[in-house]
Amino acid sequence: MSFFVDKNGYYGQFGGAFIPELLFPNVKELEDNYLKILASDSFKNEFKELLDNYVGRPTPLYFAKRLSEKYGATIYLKREDLCHTGAHKINNTIGQILVAKYLGKKRIIAETGAGQHGVATATVCALMDLECIVFMGEVDIKRQAPNVARMKMLGATVVPAISGSKTLKDATNEAIRDWIGNPEDTYYLIGSVVGPHPYPDMVARLQSIISKEIKEQLLAQTGNENPDMVIACVGGGSNAAGAFYHYLDTKNVQLIAVEAAGLGVHSGQSAATSQLGEVGVLHGSKTILMQDEYGQVIEPYSISAGLDYPGIGPLHAFLHESERAIFMNATDKEALNAAYELTKIEGIIPALESAHALAVLSKMKLTKDQVIVINLSGRGDKDLETYITHLKDE
Amino acid sequence: MSKLTSLFKVKQHNLCSVFFTAGFPKLNDTEQIIKKLESNGVDFIEVGLPYSDPLADGPTIQHSSSVALKNGMNLDLIFNQLEAIKETVNTPLVLMGYLNQVIKYGEAKFCQKCKDCGIETVIIPDLPMLEYESHYQALFANYGISNVFLITPQTSEERIRKIDKITNAFIYVVASSSITGAKGEISEKQIAYFKRIKKMNLKSTLIVGFGISNKATFNKVCEYMNGAIIGSAFIRFLQEKGVAEIPSFVTKILA
Repeated sequence: MSFFVDKNGYYGQFGGAFIPELLFPNVKELEDNYLKILASDSFKNEFKELLDNYVGRPTPLYFAKRLSEKYGATIYLKREDLCHTGAHKINNTIGQILVAKYLGKKRIIAETGAGQHGVATATVCALMDLECIVFMGEVDIKRQAPNVARMKMLGATVVPAISGSKTLKDATNEAIRDWIGNPEDTYYLIGSVVGPHPYPDMVARLQSIISKEIKEQLLAQTGNENPDMVIACVGGGSNAAGAFYHYLDTKNVQLIAVEAAGLGVHSGQSAATSQLGEVGVLHGSKTILMQDEYGQVIEPYSISAGLDYPGIGPLHAFLHESERAIFMNATDKEALNAAYELTKIEGIIPALESAHALAVLSKMKLTKDQVIVINLSGRGDKDLETYITHLKDE
Repeated sequence: MSKLTSLFKVKQHNLCSVFFTAGFPKLNDTEQIIKKLESNGVDFIEVGLPYSDPLADGPTIQHSSSVALKNGMNLDLIFNQLEAIKETVNTPLVLMGYLNQVIKYGEAKFCQKCKDCGIETVIIPDLPMLEYESHYQALFANYGISNVFLITPQTSEERIRKIDKITNAFIYVVASSSITGAKGEISEKQIAYFKRIKKMNLKSTLIVGFGISNKATFNKVCEYMNGAIIGSAFIRFLQEKGVAEIPSFVTKILA
């Protein structure tokens, strides 16, 4: 069984390119070119130079001593929160903006939930002097105000998505519609391992720098490149895809994907897609998504805007179905508590998304010699207002 | 022979189709809308299945979908409504929806229900040709269902010829690269595109959709293609004037 994409863009039954004819030329152009571009020496050199000197890679693999003591395991944090712009999202946007440049595109569109992908896209557009339009749900615009301000300062136009739940799903719909209307000069810079093939594969490859570095750093620090477990949060799933990538075929490394349970998996206010979802087509790929008996997409809910998505990427759907990854979940409250805990005992304020990954530690039976890597996908500056509000309620 | 194929045999010019969203403006308007369109000379009717995430539709149709869903519309209800009027409607009906609705409902069950209602033609814009050929073509054929494919100004000649070969309904000629309802008039660039398609001498009937909003745009595209579908403009009309006024909408276009 291969966990990597096949020639038609499938992971098992999941993936593919379920797109209206209006998008066919755009997607075909990308499909025909992305592997060639990614494999070219000029791309590899430029990508590496920017990752090293602009993004600040490699990010540290930090042995979290006090967290380890607390949970009775050997816990490392992969510090993607230390990337320029505050999250792993920049790895992907640097890569894709180079792809867009190679394809000769002049106008960049993107969708964003928490705003981290929007900020990362606006950043690389400023860097490359390209027009940038970011679609963002009206609800997310309100709850992620600092990131909206950053995008605007970076020169991006932020367009509110006012349909549906006014969150990430709707921002994605709006971005796709824009792309349909502007097929020739516009590049759609997707922020996660979702969308029609080749996006899930391309984004996973660009984010795979995370697991590549984990291997090298763990080998240097422990003498073994393989941890017992890698834990990452999953909305669409790009940070998890990056953290898992080089371990997908290493069966003795357990992969744990953590979804947002919101107010509780069965509360009706949740984004735990793998638990609540069924096979379907969303945003151009066959995957698992939350839907009603007639295939209408159910509005997800999470306190964390980046995990507030009714689907997961097709790779993750396949990892779930094949049981290669274990899917767990954390509620809003559990994530908040995990965030406060990490802040107090390690002096690191994590993004609310990453806090979901941290929150499952308390649900596991761990042993001291177990080596666990948690992908700390982003930092919590953008979530300060939420943290402060909830601290007052405590 | 399907009703649509029979129609195309006797009429090749100025074919007029109107799109409406089932369940809009009111849950039980389907019968009245279809009958009024039929009695006023519309050649075939596109019935939209309201969907939560209609990617290829513009704000007008998206809004009608959202209202219809709030009204309580669902696939079972639509099929019930269509089955109830099956014997009294002669105009060919085309069902337009998104693939996720078909997958969740069950592909075979969906086809059977279409057959029960006399639906012989479907438009599923996010069903790509590759998927159609590998998973749906044989199934649809078993139930006597034809699938409509879309072409756009960006579709290559090779691909258009392939679509022409595999479709046994009509080709939906998307008037411009945009979502539905986005444009107001027919440009020289669009005319050049229609002329290019016409020169290809395709076997399929060519029906233009997206951006056809009035008599002028309808007549203009009919100079080059076999006919046109009016969608967003009709939805806006329904919202403003209501179902009772449908005859005046159709008359203005066909007069």
